[in-house]
Amino acid sequence: MATHVLETPLTETAVRRLELEDTVTINGTIFGIRDATQIRIFDEGVPPPVDLTGSVCLHTAPGVRRLPNGRYEKVSIGTTTSTRMDRFVPGLLETYGVRAIVGKGGLLEGSIEAMKRFGGVYLAIVGGAAALETLQIEEIEEVWWEDLMPECLWKFRVKSFGPLIVAIDSRGNSLYRQVQAQVRERIDSMF
Amino acid sequence: MTDSLYDIIEQVGRDLYLRALKDIPADVRRGIREGLEAERREGNRTAEQVMFTILENIKTAEEQDTLVCQDTGTPIFKVRVGSLLGVDIPRLEESLRRSCERATREHPLRSNSVHPLTRKNTGTNTGQGIPIIKLEFAPGSDRLDIQMAPKGSGSENMSFLRMLNPAEGVRGIKRFVLECIFESGARPCPPMIVGIGLGGTADLAMSLAKEASTFRQIGSSNPDPEAAALEKELLEKINQTGLGPQGLGGATTALGVHIEWAHTHITQNPVAVNIQCWRGERAEATIAADGTVTYL
Repeated sequence: MATHVLETPLTETAVRRLELEDTVTINGTIFGIRDATQIRIFDEGVPPPVDLTGSVCLHTAPGVRRLPNGRYEKVSIGTTTSTRMDRFVPGLLETYGVRAIVGKGGLLEGSIEAMKRFGGVYLAIVGGAAALETLQIEEIEEVWWEDLMPECLWKFRVKSFGPLIVAIDSRGNSLYRQVQAQVRERIDSMF
Repeated sequence: MTDSLYDIIEQVGRDLYLRALKDIPADVRRGIREGLEAERREGNRTAEQVMFTILENIKTAEEQDTLVCQDTGTPIFKVRVGSLLGVDIPRLEESLRRSCERATREHPLRSNSVHPLTRKNTGTNTGQGIPIIKLEFAPGSDRLDIQMAPKGSGSENMSFLRMLNPAEGVRGIKRFVLECIFESGARPCPPMIVGIGLGGTADLAMSLAKEASTFRQIGSSNPDPEAAALEKELLEKINQTGLGPQGLGGATTALGVHIEWAHTHITQNPVAVNIQCWRGERAEATIAADGTVTYL
């Protein structure tokens, strides 16, 4: 259960070193994506207008305030449930070189396999802890696809973003799967 | 009630919406602190870190005067209307609707209210049937008590109903509740508050489950001793599953288990489960006959 401070972009080596239940904090930039963003990339076949190689993607649709100069100011940025967007994860890793997904609720088998194959990790953030996240996101640097508001493609500058817990590593392990198996066993033994 | 009192209701509704999103109730904070202690005793570092981060987040929201969670929820008001006030109910409802629109515009808040078929967002956190307003009437009272809960969606999506057979009995109820916890897993942002509605009809059971998950205080017990004993037993069992904070393992899966019940039909055994996330958001105020407002 080591602690890591990582700078973006992430290398495959840095990601493959991470083990389940390690704690990670991130400095640099992360990208915000949600359902509509990924429907555009994968279902509508529109490549993202920015290079995502080595990037960290956060499952979010931020609450923002639009300023007169057209830029956006953060109001409340938190994390949504990843399971809903599970089907897009292998594509993000294989086609666009994404190295880490930050979310809550976990991912399913296909994503666990893709993380192993392409060198990726799933970092669990504390769901609902948006006040901290909003504070750790220093600035909204860029936004693409504003027509999808608030599910645009967002670029955030972050400082000490975390704590994030390695919940799926790049060796095929999932903390969610381990916990679920234990819960199943314990419930069965109660009845 | 005079015109100005409907303006007061609008202002109070707006303030309660924002307060509920920013300030976590004392009983919920206490529950989370106890959870942190429990994880420390167990020596589970991951679970301890999650609980610690939750408390840090609550503190940060307070210091920064910002939202605890980005999900501004579905606005639900529970209003207890004193019978002596002579309140015009349609006007009360209109004031509460406007209060949500104002909170959304003035803060601003993310609007979550979409048409179920077109998915078009109204932009105001109101719409057909929204806000949800539950009315109760208090005989002989000249006060208006308003409770507000912006119910988060990660937990609301974890809602379950089963019309069990009477022959399945209490054992069937317990088993169904535990299966709901398994099915929910990490998604409703545990540690959760588990609301259980027993009896009634299908819709009443679900309504009771919502009351139990969203408006009951952590640590409170149902006045019925049978129901209270089942609450205690289920809380222990749910925490024994080891699902833990955020579904990452640990001793604190639920902060509370609350049961609300109604009598039911001889051939029915309805069980509804509605989950509330760790945020347990709600706020409350009282308006006196002279218009004085007290926030609780």
